Amino acid sequence: MKKAGLVIVLFFGGLLVYGTLDFPDWGDPTSPASLHVSPRYIEKTLEETTVPNMVTAILADYRGFDTLFETVVIFSAGLACFFLLRTRRKAPGTRHYRHRPTGIVLHIEKGGRLPDDSTEFERIDSLWVPHDLIIKATCRLIIPFIQLFALYVIAHGHHSPGGGFQGGVIFGAAFILYAVTHDLREGLQRLGERTTYAMCSIGVFIYAGVGTLCLFFRKNFLDYSALAAVLGVDPATARSHGILMVEIGVGIAVMAVMFAIYCNLSSVGKQDEGL
Amino acid sequence: MIWQFDVVILTLVVISAIGAVTVKDLLGAVILFGAYSFMMCLLWAIMGAVDVAFTEASVGAGVSTVLFVAAVFRTTRRTRD
Repeated sequence: MKKAGLVIVLFFGGLLVYGTLDFPDWGDPTSPASLHVSPRYIEKTLEETTVPNMVTAILADYRGFDTLFETVVIFSAGLACFFLLRTRRKAPGTRHYRHRPTGIVLHIEKGGRLPDDSTEFERIDSLWVPHDLIIKATCRLIIPFIQLFALYVIAHGHHSPGGGFQGGVIFGAAFILYAVTHDLREGLQRLGERTTYAMCSIGVFIYAGVGTLCLFFRKNFLDYSALAAVLGVDPATARSHGILMVEIGVGIAVMAVMFAIYCNLSSVGKQDEGL
Repeated sequence: MIWQFDVVILTLVVISAIGAVTVKDLLGAVILFGAYSFMMCLLWAIMGAVDVAFTEASVGAGVSTVLFVAAVFRTTRRTRD
């Protein structure tokens, strides 16, 4: 069976390679894509949208529908993780509390618990290892810069590589880093579960909302030049600002979805004990 | 584009891809998959698609590796096939 599978894979792989032989060469200036589509964007993008980075302009403006539904795909990935993994908080089994001064660990069974605001005891995971001071301190130092960089990537997507997706992922990674180095409960205290899911949908809502706003000014869906009157700028600059609004929406949605998926995966949907 | 870089990176891509599917230790497979993503990111950057390379570095090599590690942590580290 394994050999038959290998033969089939090799056959279709060879077919694919044979198919790619007919493609135009890499960077071929006479290929159909470089003859008609690309020159139009290369010549007109700066003039029409005042965005120097053509990739961002094409992604969020000319191909705005694509990106809208890419965001929806990410949103549904987060929802799918939620529906597959999230379980209702049943009566918890054993909880572990560590007495800070002595390091003695109490096992409290059958759902019993100590008050959460106890200063003597801290709740710990069942697979607890002592937290390394160096790792904690380094992450505390580094996380603000990661978040700042993420915001820069989102805001500077017009001029340099980057945009909502990348910035959102980096922002989510900062929260995930916090949850890994501390524990999941502390991470969830910073960014609660309800807030996370609200932000997932708010991000998509911002994107679709900016698109719908254009409809009210008698332009097409996602034609940001309609916002020129509201923003008080000329239509080309309005498109640039529209791209920024949309990217912010994408960033919020992606950030929240990444953190939501991580929380559900690492705690098997209990949002209690994590990695 | 310098063809020597291309050859080295493409070889590493193939090696880490084969390693990721054949290795028995799933955590090792995750790390190899991260290395694969990073090599792909370098390839995109060499070909001038900096935006794609950026996405690959942050999503492929960064967050998806963490998600895989979380999944391995909650399931099993050894595979039987």
